[in-house]
Amino acid sequence: MITPLDGNVLAGPLGELFAVDITSAMGQCASCGARNPMAMARVYTDAPGMVARCRSCDAVILRLVRAAGRAWLDMSGISSLQLRMSSE
Amino acid sequence: MARTAVLGRLTWQVGTVAEIRDETAAARTIIVDLPDWPGHEPGQHVDVRLTAPDGYSTQRSYSIASAPDGKRLELTVQRLDDGEVSPYLTQVLEPGYPLELRGPIGGWFVWDPASTGPVLLVAGGSGVVPLMSMIRTRDTSASTAPFRLLYSVRTAEAAFYTAELAERATTRDGLDVSYVYTRTAPPGSALPTGRISAGVLAAGGVTFAGPASAGYSRDAPPAVFICGPTSFVEAAANLLLQAGHDTSMIKTERFGPSGG
Repeated sequence: MITPLDGNVLAGPLGELFAVDITSAMGQCASCGARNPMAMARVYTDAPGMVARCRSCDAVILRLVRAAGRAWLDMSGISSLQLRMSSE
Repeated sequence: MARTAVLGRLTWQVGTVAEIRDETAAARTIIVDLPDWPGHEPGQHVDVRLTAPDGYSTQRSYSIASAPDGKRLELTVQRLDDGEVSPYLTQVLEPGYPLELRGPIGGWFVWDPASTGPVLLVAGGSGVVPLMSMIRTRDTSASTAPFRLLYSVRTAEAAFYTAELAERATTRDGLDVSYVYTRTAPPGSALPTGRISAGVLAAGGVTFAGPASAGYSRDAPPAVFICGPTSFVEAAANLLLQAGHDTSMIKTERFGPSGG
């Protein structure tokens, strides 16, 4: 049986792409509408890339494939992200 | 939390190993000096990258064990004999060697030293590492937040930081450390030997106050941090939910078999 990790494991790979920490953001699942911290997604790292699934409905919310010189990111399973920002 | 969130994208940096300390027969703490280290929050991790002379490179994530301390960082690495990275880190690496890493990583599984509420730390095996950073930071920041560590480990010999935890629990108010031995318990162990269970949680006083326990108050539920192998984290989180802890108060960090 493949055991998933949690969304914390996305923090490094996504930190290569984004200047803010996506894992501490609240993400809304495009499939079921549930809002959960991205860090609590179920993440499968056994595939050629990383696949994150909604912890509420198990729909795929994010896929990330990293290769030499490029990254491919599919976030079509997330309808919105709410990010914590430093106070202006 | 927001401070580190705006530092920018992650980039690799090269540090120098200052010191190495044995924790157990199969785990070492690596102390690294990093000229460009921006600081970290307790609970965060780093990625370590090894590159072979032929250009092949591979990386693994390791939790930071130390409290924030300028440009110095401590990682505790458990050796997995069939791993690609941990055998080098635990058997080959020596003081003076360069070490390439990037971080700090992750803004969610962190404890904020400014928070004063009670904290329950639940560790499975080497999952104790990021929780140790929280315990050390509690002391360096002179926090008085009540801390309790429930540490599940096979045997006393396999436990990390034993002397330091005993010393901190003795000399600091508000830190309580309990061990759950899953295989062999030393004489006089307070909790029953075996995997974490509802009975262990009740005996460890980490359930909510009732006639038979001196546990937590529902008015001040603890922030819970659970770290360990996936199966341990699942079991511990489910048991704590059944014991009345709220899902919004529980943060988990799982590490899987792909580590090493």
